Amino acid sequence: MKEILSLDHVSFSYEAEDGGTRRAVDDVSFTVNDGEWIAIVGHNGSGKSTLAKLMIGLLFPEEGKVKVFLEELNVDNLWEIRSDIGIVFQNPDNQFVGSTVQDDVAFALENNGIPFEEMVPRVHESLAQVNMEGFLDHEPHHLSGGQKQRVAIAGALAMRPKLLILDEATSMLDPQGRDEVIQVVDELKQTTGLTVISITHDLEEVLLADKVVVMNSGKMMLTGKPEEIFAHGDELESIGLDLPFAARLSRSLRQAGIAIQGEHMTEEELVNELWTSHFSK
Amino acid sequence: MDITLQQVGYSYAKGTPFEKRALYEANASIRSGSYTAIIGHTGSGKSTLLLHLNGLLKPTEGAVRIGDVSITAATKAKELKQIRRNVGIVFQFPEHQLFEETVEKDIMFGPLNFGIPEEEARQRAHELIRLLGLPEDIAQKSPFDLSGGQMRRVAIAGVLAFKPSVLILDEPTAGLDPRGRKEIMELFNKLHKEEGLTTILVTHSMEDAARYADQILVMHEGRSVMSGTPEEVFGDAEQLKSFRLGLPRSVAFQRDVEKLFGKPLGKLTLTEEQLASAIAAALKEGEQ
Ligand SMILES: Nc1ncnc2c1ncn2[C@@H]1O[C@H](COP(=O)(O)OP(=O)(O)OP(=O)(O)O)[C@@H](O)[C@H]1O
Ligand SMILES: Nc1ncnc2c1ncn2[C@@H]1O[C@H](COP(=O)(O)OP(=O)(O)OP(=O)(O)O)[C@@H](O)[C@H]1O
Ligand SMILES: [Mg+2]
Ligand SMILES: [Mg+2]
Repeated sequence: MKEILSLDHVSFSYEAEDGGTRRAVDDVSFTVNDGEWIAIVGHNGSGKSTLAKLMIGLLFPEEGKVKVFLEELNVDNLWEIRSDIGIVFQNPDNQFVGSTVQDDVAFALENNGIPFEEMVPRVHESLAQVNMEGFLDHEPHHLSGGQKQRVAIAGALAMRPKLLILDEATSMLDPQGRDEVIQVVDELKQTTGLTVISITHDLEEVLLADKVVVMNSGKMMLTGKPEEIFAHGDELESIGLDLPFAARLSRSLRQAGIAIQGEHMTEEELVNELWTSHFSK
Repeated sequence: MDITLQQVGYSYAKGTPFEKRALYEANASIRSGSYTAIIGHTGSGKSTLLLHLNGLLKPTEGAVRIGDVSITAATKAKELKQIRRNVGIVFQFPEHQLFEETVEKDIMFGPLNFGIPEEEARQRAHELIRLLGLPEDIAQKSPFDLSGGQMRRVAIAGVLAFKPSVLILDEPTAGLDPRGRKEIMELFNKLHKEEGLTTILVTHSMEDAARYADQILVMHEGRSVMSGTPEEVFGDAEQLKSFRLGLPRSVAFQRDVEKLFGKPLGKLTLTEEQLASAIAAALKEGEQ
């Protein structure tokens, strides 16, 4: 498997007013391979957004190395490398540059020398992917919260990036809208081999990931497949996280004296288990 | 304070080529001391509606009544001041309400503005920092040098600090970690129950709407299309679906299990706890 991104003992501190420093990211190492979907989870302030900024060279590590597409990020290769990364920040307002939705989505394309004839259909296509093609001439700052997030996602998709970094990019979408957007990204992953790094508090979304990175106070506390991570229910709770709905419900049912075999992460699995253990007999 | 919306219409940038209508003939009736959840898909007009409830926007048609103040297109800005003292609003994007140099000053702003002595305001700020699970050393930091979830907590603290009697929350848990979500929703609920705060929550979490609200209002394409108790609203899956909304997880799971059992589980299970007990009871009954 080809490596797309790696962090090697990366640490970072913001400067504090009182001159002191507390590490926002502390000795973090992990690798992301081509075509993988990685979920990063962790309590508020655990260093997730800081990691995202280190991955695109908005910040540089104080110690350790960040490699993207096998090259260590530096001021000389930054722009070249960034042209293959799509990123959606936590607050879409900080990201808008165009005065209309279509200009905004076109902006990065133009900057990367995409010819006009190609630019126009790409802008339309990516806005259609997030159901915002009806808003071409609207001002991005004058949209609803969820509409802003959709436009920001379209901007990242229009770049046809090799690596897509989403920092809580769907936090303000309605449940159906969130599923739709995630489906679009998942389809791109299947069809084009897109690599996805998604920072999220949505435990159901985490289940879609190939690998999960759990952050706690700047450190990477756990990493593994979703079902491996969610086997550590008590530990996750102790750092402010939780289990997906079906896993929580399985626990409550067991506490109520109902026999549940195995671990179930989705509603479908749990319904099947209720069927097998309690009905099919 | 009772709040009513009568045939409220609103257009952004009215009278310009950019005019954009966001509300049509919206109606709502919110009793003093109640807990109302407003749900609806992206762009359905929820935030626009909320901004009418503390006079940040004036309806372009119809009227909003807050306590004994009536707001129409003709209402003067001066008359809206009193409303702001009583109605606290937590915006959808916390960045939109943070502006001071430090977190402490930001949380103290409301209380000082409404005439609370400085020492008391400071004490309240520190209490709220603790109550909202923020690290103590955050008080002297700039609110803009915080993580997304920390900003959200400071924005909420800033509103609770001046003790409004109506609390308006626009997706207050977006960006919070799972524990923060739970704790802060419980905190709002406690204030609602113990201090009688009228609470109006816009949320995409059907689970929170089902668990906490006593009344749910559904918005669809700028109109208020449905309202009722959680049982009524979430009991009508068909209609919700036509507004592109789904059921809370506990209710959706209840429906799946009912199909499996071939009979109803009883009342709508609006929370995970209710769902677990209903399933357990049904299974135990089946074994006997
Ligand atoms: N610009 C900044 N200046 C100083 N400190 C900062 C800055 N941005 C973040 N921090 C601090 O660094 C730590 C990590 O922040 P980060 O934004 O990476 O957290 P996060 O995991 O993304 O949290 P959230 O889930 O709330 O978004 C926090 O303690 C935060 O207060
Ligand atoms: N400042 C503005 N200027 C012009 N149009 C706006 C403005 N703010 C919102 N709108 C439009 O008004 C409609 C309603 O927006 P509103 O923000 O009330 O939706 P919402 O229900 O809160 O959606 P979300 O769940 O995405 O936050 C949308 O179509 C939006 O594009
Ligand atoms: Mg963050
Ligand atoms: Mg909104």
